[in-house]
Amino acid sequence: MAFKKLINSKFILSFFAAFMLLGTNLLMAQTAAAAAGTGDEAPQVDWTGVAYYVLLFFLVCLGVAVIGKILKIYDLSLKIQGKKGLKWNNVMGVICLVFLLAGLYGAYWSFTVQGSMTLPEAASIHGVKVDEMFTVTTVLTMFVFFVTQILLFGFLFQYRHSDKRRAHFLPHDNTIEKIWTIVPAIVLTVLVVFGFFTWQSIMDTHQVKGDLNVDITGHQFAWELRYPGKDGKLGPKNFKLVTGSNKLGVDFKKKSSFDDLSADTMYLPVNKPVRLNIEAQDVIHSVYMPHFRVQLNAVPGLPTVFRFTPTITTAKMRTDLNDPTFEYLVYCNKICGGGHYNMQKIVRVVSEAEYQTWLSHQKPYLSDALKKELHFADAESPKTVSQNRLALNN
Amino acid sequence: MSTLAVHDHGVAHHDEHGHEHHKETFVSKYIFSMDHKMIAKQFLITGITMAVIAMILSILFRIQLAYPDKTFPLLTTLLGHFAPNGRISTEFYLSLVTIHGTIMVFFVLTAGLSGTFANLLIPLQIGARDMASPFMNMLSYWFFFMASVVMLSSFFVQKGPASGGWTIYPPLSALPKAMPGSGEGMTLWLISMVMFVASSLMGGINYVSTVLNMRTKGMDLWKMPLTIWALFLTAILGILAFPVLVAGVVLLIFDRSFGTSFYLSDIVLNGVAQPYEGGSPILFQHLFWFLGHPEVYIVIMPAMGISSEVMSVNSRKPIFGYHAMVYSLIGITVLSFIVWGHHMFVTGMNPFLGGVFMITTLIIAVPSAVKTFNWLATLWRGNIRFTPAMLFAIGMVSFFISGGLTGIFLGNAALDINLHDTYFVVAHFHLVMGSAAIFGMLAGVYHWFPKMFGKLMDEKLGYLHFWLTFIGAYLVFFPMHFMGLDGVPRRYYAFTEFASMQKWLTINTFITWAAIMAALAQVAFLYNFITSIFAGKKTTQNPWESNTLEWTTPVEHLHGNWPGEIPTVYRWPYDYSKPGAEEDFIPQTVPFSQTMSSNLPHDFEDNPAGLEALNKFNTTLKAEEKVK
Repeated sequence: MAFKKLINSKFILSFFAAFMLLGTNLLMAQTAAAAAGTGDEAPQVDWTGVAYYVLLFFLVCLGVAVIGKILKIYDLSLKIQGKKGLKWNNVMGVICLVFLLAGLYGAYWSFTVQGSMTLPEAASIHGVKVDEMFTVTTVLTMFVFFVTQILLFGFLFQYRHSDKRRAHFLPHDNTIEKIWTIVPAIVLTVLVVFGFFTWQSIMDTHQVKGDLNVDITGHQFAWELRYPGKDGKLGPKNFKLVTGSNKLGVDFKKKSSFDDLSADTMYLPVNKPVRLNIEAQDVIHSVYMPHFRVQLNAVPGLPTVFRFTPTITTAKMRTDLNDPTFEYLVYCNKICGGGHYNMQKIVRVVSEAEYQTWLSHQKPYLSDALKKELHFADAESPKTVSQNRLALNN
Repeated sequence: MSTLAVHDHGVAHHDEHGHEHHKETFVSKYIFSMDHKMIAKQFLITGITMAVIAMILSILFRIQLAYPDKTFPLLTTLLGHFAPNGRISTEFYLSLVTIHGTIMVFFVLTAGLSGTFANLLIPLQIGARDMASPFMNMLSYWFFFMASVVMLSSFFVQKGPASGGWTIYPPLSALPKAMPGSGEGMTLWLISMVMFVASSLMGGINYVSTVLNMRTKGMDLWKMPLTIWALFLTAILGILAFPVLVAGVVLLIFDRSFGTSFYLSDIVLNGVAQPYEGGSPILFQHLFWFLGHPEVYIVIMPAMGISSEVMSVNSRKPIFGYHAMVYSLIGITVLSFIVWGHHMFVTGMNPFLGGVFMITTLIIAVPSAVKTFNWLATLWRGNIRFTPAMLFAIGMVSFFISGGLTGIFLGNAALDINLHDTYFVVAHFHLVMGSAAIFGMLAGVYHWFPKMFGKLMDEKLGYLHFWLTFIGAYLVFFPMHFMGLDGVPRRYYAFTEFASMQKWLTINTFITWAAIMAALAQVAFLYNFITSIFAGKKTTQNPWESNTLEWTTPVEHLHGNWPGEIPTVYRWPYDYSKPGAEEDFIPQTVPFSQTMSSNLPHDFEDNPAGLEALNKFNTTLKAEEKVK
């Protein structure tokens, strides 16, 4: 084999080694020069620290090699004595059993310790239904998980190789195969039917009278909120109208746009259905409010709606969780660029009265700068705004 | 070149023609080879190289997740401006996850897995001298190689590689101004992917035509090993699904470079309205996932086939429910085309459509469950030999169960609302398709290494490799489920900005160290793999006492695989531990007439003459016993 010759050639090998050494030296010199050139901008590499870990790894490798040799010698000495040598099938069978027991304990530990670190109870009406489905699915799947894993590793230990035994010739058994096709099919059908109707009811976003419409728009890397004014209607938007002071591109040819309010924090009245009107301006974002079991992508050019009813106020959640700093949050949950990991908005669920007070303090979306931009001649407009506020207070 | 000779002259001609007087040069033997065995090795080694690279990328971003506040000057030395001041930049972090995902899914688990084992096993296990078109086979590898080079070259462009996630959803991937990675890096990604699909199609067409046309005498479809069934159905999936990705990618190239608006509409970038109107980002998602979902089965089905074969051989038992195994593979193949929407439940797709996709998705769990139970039944009352290949096949089953069950949560649209794009998803697919498929691949490498290189791998190092990797993978992915249940989104650069996520920082550190341990365990594999190629113990012809045809070929490779006539096949490949037989295995090439004592009435279902002969044999046997 030509290739083998090539590999075995000592000349090529030594040439290669020399080349590598030289190359590394050159590279090191270059990086050193580059580091010197850029000055103290690039932090100095602590090569001793790196070398320490590399050395540590080589020591581990050496240890493994030594253990390997010892095992080999032990095996050989057993064979010299006329014994059979190490029975690796037994060793592996036992390790499988140990793994099963350790794994079961590990899974149990993980379920209890890490399982208790997961989200608190759902803070919305549909969220409770989702959580119920989750519990049912968990019970079913975990039963299957434990049974199959125990059988798998149990069989491995039980039926490990023995020269005395022959495997049981069993190519198929139609009865049992029918059973384990039909039983999962029935279980899954039940899950599908419940899931389907739950899903349809959650996704029914038809506007019902009295729903609070909130507009949430994602862009790199923040969320913009817009609340309707006293008419309860959000004005229409058009991306072509976007300017520095009209960030969302609200169309002021429509009357419903004039009383819209902009907000920094999402306040929601408790026990009142909310329709989140979701859109994005640049790339896809995703409105994710895990405590309410709410998630829907914000897609440019495709407005989406999620309707839900928050049921637990922030204050109550704080006492329930014994965490005075707790806040509900909106995350972005669709990769959207460098700042994706930090696109948060605080959500506060409050009583209706608190909500109204808060709302009355929000600034109108139609700011002075925007008015100037749109050439609104009316000088008395500040008055209209204050009237709006008064009206809201009533 | 000699491979063309195989193709052109046909079988009968081949023997007298001989290969000796074809002068094989280094280039024709090792580089532009048209021998399926060499191409398989090329795919394998390229695949392993890509896997190591992708693994290193994953360690890099795991370090960032574990120590978001620490600086590592070494990273700046290695990565330059991608990691200023000893910390990976936010954009490069996303590049790392993107390229890690792309390489692992496409270059390792599609090309590395299917490419290796379809090339190696299809001709050898069905009894063919080579692929239907060896030249196209060679092109398939070289397109794959070029795709790999282009993909990796994107690390050397100024703004860095693509960074919109491996799913490259537009508008993020379509707007070069949206993030640095959407510039030249994204262009290279798209070019690489078009070449990759070309490679995959040439391979797939070859596999399908070889399986359908070039089986040896007696090898009807129901006598094919499950590996061949799996690879055959995988190739069909690939042929039908990959062109759709190309369609999606070409439209994306148009949007990026020629100002069309297939995927873009109503976009405002940095306060400036862009001139795109009428497109839909959801369209891309449909096109992508129409490939993307079959893709996960393209990844897992070869692993299933390999594991079935390896488990049957090493349990010394026939695979339980061979027909059910084949039908469930076919079921998965068909169903995989109508479930893609479950990736899009919350993307703004029509919710009714979501409900429909949820029904089809949960149906696909049934064939998967059947396969799992059949594997368990195969082990039951077996005589299990723990070769490293067997351990990896078992690991594959364990991961497939653990990861598959969480699929029932994610396939349920109502539950997906809160789990979509969280670490729960990361845990799910890394177990069910990542770890399971890579374990299937490693099982295949350990099992067919003697066939590929004529040497045996070291078993003890294989054991070490298995246990470290197996435990490492569970330690990495098991805690991630709970992070997902706490609503921690994936692809987050740091967990430091959210007060609620900071409790997961210690677990992140733990996961990173488990990942580093599992990554270092691969050194045991690489050392074993490389040294065994050159200095391994020479193998015997049939080291695992297996029934399938590849072990009837000589250890030394030759063009055309069998020195004489191609053997005829008489029986299915799973006659292990048949009662009455002398050995605990009966190769496929042994006719029933030589094994009268072990024949069963079942063996002659469509052969009345044979059944009559069997009955006659049994009655004489009984009569003789009576005489005694």
